[in-house]
Amino acid sequence: MPPRQPDFTSLSFVDVSRHFGRRRVLNRISLCCEAGEVVALLGPNGAGKSTLLSLAATLLTPSSGEIRYGEQTMAAAGPGLRGRIGVLGHDLYVYPELSAAENLTFFGRLYGLADVEARVAAALDRAGLAHRDDPVGRFSRGMRQRLALERALLHEPRLVLLDEPFTGLDDAATGMLRERLGGLRQAGCIVLLTTHDLETIEGLVDRAVLLRGAALTVLDELDGGPRSLRERYRAAAEARA
Amino acid sequence: MFLRTVWLVVRKDLLIELRSREIVYTTLFFAISCVLVFAFGFVRDGRPVEDAAAGILWIAIAFSGTLALGRAFERERQSETLRALMMAPVDRPALYVGKLAGVLLLLAVVEAVVVPLVALMFQAPLFAHPLLMAGLLATGTTGFAAVGTLFAAMLVRARSRDVLLPILLYPITIPVIIGGVRGTAALLQPDVDLPMATVWLSMLACFDVVFITLALWTFEPSMTE
Amino acid sequence: MKKLFLPALVVIAAMFAWAPYAIDRAPYESTMGLVQKIFYFHVPSWMVMFSSALVCGTASAVYLFGGRAAADRVAQAAAELTVLFGTIGLITGPLWGRKAWGVWWQWDARLTSALVMWLIFVAYLLLRKYGGAGSEKLSAVVALFGMANVPFVYWSVNMWRTVHPKTTVVMTLQPEMGRPFLLCALAFMGLYGLMLAARVRLERRRAELETLFLALED
Repeated sequence: MPPRQPDFTSLSFVDVSRHFGRRRVLNRISLCCEAGEVVALLGPNGAGKSTLLSLAATLLTPSSGEIRYGEQTMAAAGPGLRGRIGVLGHDLYVYPELSAAENLTFFGRLYGLADVEARVAAALDRAGLAHRDDPVGRFSRGMRQRLALERALLHEPRLVLLDEPFTGLDDAATGMLRERLGGLRQAGCIVLLTTHDLETIEGLVDRAVLLRGAALTVLDELDGGPRSLRERYRAAAEARA
Repeated sequence: MFLRTVWLVVRKDLLIELRSREIVYTTLFFAISCVLVFAFGFVRDGRPVEDAAAGILWIAIAFSGTLALGRAFERERQSETLRALMMAPVDRPALYVGKLAGVLLLLAVVEAVVVPLVALMFQAPLFAHPLLMAGLLATGTTGFAAVGTLFAAMLVRARSRDVLLPILLYPITIPVIIGGVRGTAALLQPDVDLPMATVWLSMLACFDVVFITLALWTFEPSMTE
Repeated sequence: MKKLFLPALVVIAAMFAWAPYAIDRAPYESTMGLVQKIFYFHVPSWMVMFSSALVCGTASAVYLFGGRAAADRVAQAAAELTVLFGTIGLITGPLWGRKAWGVWWQWDARLTSALVMWLIFVAYLLLRKYGGAGSEKLSAVVALFGMANVPFVYWSVNMWRTVHPKTTVVMTLQPEMGRPFLLCALAFMGLYGLMLAARVRLERRRAELETLFLALED
């Protein structure tokens, strides 16, 4: 088992920039997320939301700036830190040739979890996939999405990164995901998610930030005031334009 | 921990492969076709051309190995599972070794069929010195696969990856091909040259050590963006 | 460094201008006659090719493990020059061989291993050109592997060659031959250094342009 890292309680982007050739996708972004916070990353397509999540997931390195998990950067902390991060990406990161249980068992063992079978059984129950034995390739998009979410959360990560988690989910599943996010928030996780589905995350997020033109704006405080998230989003988007 | 990761990756690859057996069957069939095509090219007057058996065997291994590598990593490209592996809290070189072990197992199966086939078609006494022959096959295939696994992993997110893999792989593995062919030929020729075969075997073993070490060092830097 | 470029260019040009005279004045080699004189350009271009391969491999290692973009620029320039000087060697070699021994290609150990190295660096350039984004690191690995391969390639081709009859002529370098050879070797090395410097400078300018492009958006 990888040695347990003392858990970090914040994720900070410090002046992070990332460019691909001539295209600057992120320009000196600074953002700090605390434990027990759900932060929504909003913005038009191609704004760089997925890039920001990939940077936090250590899939990309910043062109400049730093990303800190608590006080440490990934370079200082080593591979064990990756075990505290859970990612639900646009590509679902599950093997289509294996069954749901086999996928979860593989990743559970890879992450060095104790009592893998029990955790996998519980995860499959939550996803409503316990009775499915066939390869994941045959699943519908929504089922694969539910499985991918369980895979991301199997090892009880401290930092949860979700890229468009509500895509393809029906009403029931959406409700369950909302509950799940609430639970994560109470458990003290740091949740950073991207979505276009502003109505669904209404009341669920503590903070929303708008990523546009490679820069970040914080939407007005989400204090339960009269203006809905979508109204605030529109206002911020128009103000920047 | 390192070995555990290797084992988990190999086991997962075996599990997937045993379901469909797609890569095994297609690679095997391709290797056999290769041998046949070369057989028509090189056999004259009903007699095998000298040294043709050795050359044909190793070319078939190289070509089918390239195909297998491409297919194996194409699988990891779907759903970007290679990225998921990289994100796990494991030693990344262990992922490389795990993939390499899987490819070697696959090529061992292919060779188990192709070697007797070549022996049969070219009346080549490939089993006369089984230990040396097995040694040459093992070290040669390992050298080829070691470089190939690294390159195939690196190319997963590159453009034109299908054609770039052979372009990059073949020049660098030329010493492996030379060593394998000359070593095998030394065993097949009428006056068998055992010391020569052993010399080639040692060179292949050296190659394996050097390049596996290099691959372990360069895997992580080359896979991070 | 920039200030040295022009004087160095003049000196190298002068050396190349003098070279034909020096070569002409050198004595004829006993068996091959006039044809042998191609060796004054052929061998130095190989020397440069191998040095360039070494430079490329080392710069690639520095880039891969140290992350310095400048090293990657040097590696790319060195790879291009490796292919260039290798091409010169590969053209002059068969020309010499055809006249001296009647065959265009001789599976000579050195010529063949040089061909393999040339192929590796052509593959490097193809990867850089067609590999898409992120191919800098991938090509660095190729260059590193290529450099590590040099002893294996040479040794295995050499051993492989012992099976075939050897027809290489061992040349004894008389002092009258040694001087023009040294001149040409130095001229080639100098030319290589100049071209490398110029090419690296071009890449550096390009990188600076990219940075300015990005800064423009601020």
